[in-house]
Amino acid sequence: MDNESQYSGYSYKSSHSRSSRKHRERRDRHRSKSRDSSSRGDKSVTIQTPGEPLLDAESTRGDDRDDNWGETTTVVTGTSEHSISNEDLTRVTKDLEESTPLECKRFVGPALGGCLSFFALVTPLAFLILPQVLWRDALEPCGTPCEGLYVSLAFKLLVLLISSWALFLRPPRATLPRFFVFRCLLMVLVFLFVASYWLFYGVRVLEPRERDYRGIVEYAASLVDALLFIQYLALVLLEVRHLQPAFCLKVVRSTDGASKFYNVGHLSIQRAAVWVLDRYYSDFSVYNPALLNLPKSILSKKMTGFKVYSLDGNTNNSTGQSRAMIAAAARRRDNSHNEFYYEEAEMDRRVRKRKARLVVAVEEAFTHIKRLHEEEVASSPKHPREVMDPREAAQAIFAPMARAMQKYLRTTRQQAFHSMESILTHLQFCITHNMTPKAFLERYLSPGPTMQYQQQNGRGRQWTLVSEEPVTSALRQGLVFSLRRLDFSLVVTVTPLPFLRLGEEFIDPKSHKFVMRLQSETSV
Amino acid sequence: MSFVPGMPVSVVVERIEIKKLCQGDNLILGFSIGGGIDQDPGQNPFSEDKSDKGIYVTRITPGGPAQDAGLRMGDKIMQVNGWDMTVVTHDQARKRLTKKNECVVRLLVTRKSLEQAVKHSMGSCQRP
Repeated sequence: MDNESQYSGYSYKSSHSRSSRKHRERRDRHRSKSRDSSSRGDKSVTIQTPGEPLLDAESTRGDDRDDNWGETTTVVTGTSEHSISNEDLTRVTKDLEESTPLECKRFVGPALGGCLSFFALVTPLAFLILPQVLWRDALEPCGTPCEGLYVSLAFKLLVLLISSWALFLRPPRATLPRFFVFRCLLMVLVFLFVASYWLFYGVRVLEPRERDYRGIVEYAASLVDALLFIQYLALVLLEVRHLQPAFCLKVVRSTDGASKFYNVGHLSIQRAAVWVLDRYYSDFSVYNPALLNLPKSILSKKMTGFKVYSLDGNTNNSTGQSRAMIAAAARRRDNSHNEFYYEEAEMDRRVRKRKARLVVAVEEAFTHIKRLHEEEVASSPKHPREVMDPREAAQAIFAPMARAMQKYLRTTRQQAFHSMESILTHLQFCITHNMTPKAFLERYLSPGPTMQYQQQNGRGRQWTLVSEEPVTSALRQGLVFSLRRLDFSLVVTVTPLPFLRLGEEFIDPKSHKFVMRLQSETSV
Repeated sequence: MSFVPGMPVSVVVERIEIKKLCQGDNLILGFSIGGGIDQDPGQNPFSEDKSDKGIYVTRITPGGPAQDAGLRMGDKIMQVNGWDMTVVTHDQARKRLTKKNECVVRLLVTRKSLEQAVKHSMGSCQRP
């Protein structure tokens, strides 16, 4: 399931048949070798071309999954071979509400992983139970050593279960364009192990009806040990390896140039993309299309009054003409920068004035209400106060500040992000939590990260990863990829972190001595 | 070496001749000076009289021409190539020492030990 998607499906399918295991192992070796090279930091990109025939003549088992599996779509991150995804109905319906259509293919991966892990966990128990069920009388009795093995088996299974739950049982957070290399490797590995153990079991234990029960129990225990080690491998590959920072990613938003630098470890391009997007939603200020362009009045005066006439009849020298025009325009004195400067200054002033009005209005509004404490309830009956809940209190004080707020939002072009309802809700929230007017205004005075506006952008999380390299290849120096949405894109550049040579210098604490300096001392 | 304004100063001086060393583009002498009439005399660690605004040698580069010629730290420079250094600003003193067209500076310097040496020798001379 590693390389370009359609083949991966077939490779998985062919793993069912025993005789093609050699094929599969060879391919796995290829795959793991190529991954080793990328993890060693090779500069070459491994593009896995399917050199061998992937569909054997023997593997003709018609799988139902075939039709869906072979397409270039989705596998879920955040889970691994021991995971069971939350296929909640509620989440499914929530997905339906978004405009991105629900893809059933999204859950094939985790479902597969879940089945595999269940199969792997049940296998040792099956190994133990089957002889008891089938030929109990013929078994040799096995006393204390077996009981010891039972106990250790039980605890190891428990540890396996708990750590699988802790590490891998998470709702998926992203769907990647290609399959997640390490996870596929691990699933294949688990399947290999379990299948080969079953094979051996079937040939050596079930057929001849082996009587040495202790041997069987030890066999099951060795399988559980192997599973624990595979889980260790999974932990290292999926969780630990990318923790140590190795690359610095520069993320630039294409429309307004907002940029950030992040340190990441060794990841593939698609995983790095998911990582960057996670950070994007909480670090970058929200994209405001209204704030982008220079006002038309400044730019429109560009190409006035320079027409080129060709006197020689048919000489089609268009490039020469345009070049002449550009040269002339460059030579002409251009005062648009002046206008831009004054326009910006004017804009700043306007924003500051509106902001001052808004702050004053909000401060005044907040003085109109105060929190009612319990002991004041039974106060003087002569002045009955109307007791309000936060919603009503918010509505009561919203009126005087509404106009100032609206004008401010309009000046800073934020009116698309805040509706009346949202402002009221926020006001209610602030009143409930005893926030000051300044805390209430924090949300409007500076554009927050995109996460803050998520409810408004209900449709939003469809991103396209644009890259010249295959997206499962590892990050390396000089790689550039971009994440595109409908109206803007994030361009990511990869540079490796510099190698640090740390030296040492010891300073004796007694060596700090000082003398008075003459006022000036010149050396001649 | 106390300095009474208006009265002539009489001290015992030593004549020191330093050849400038060529180091790249500069001619260096290998010592640092401090003091001057525009500086604060109270901060001078080498002067006996803390109102003495003369030019003192504050540091000698080891192995430099000044050390070879016999200049010591704490010497007060009285004359440089005939120019007086007792009533000059710091910058004037620097300029007189670092003239580019002179290869050799002849200093008249004084230090406390000179007076004592003279007194000692005069004292020993006077004993019958």
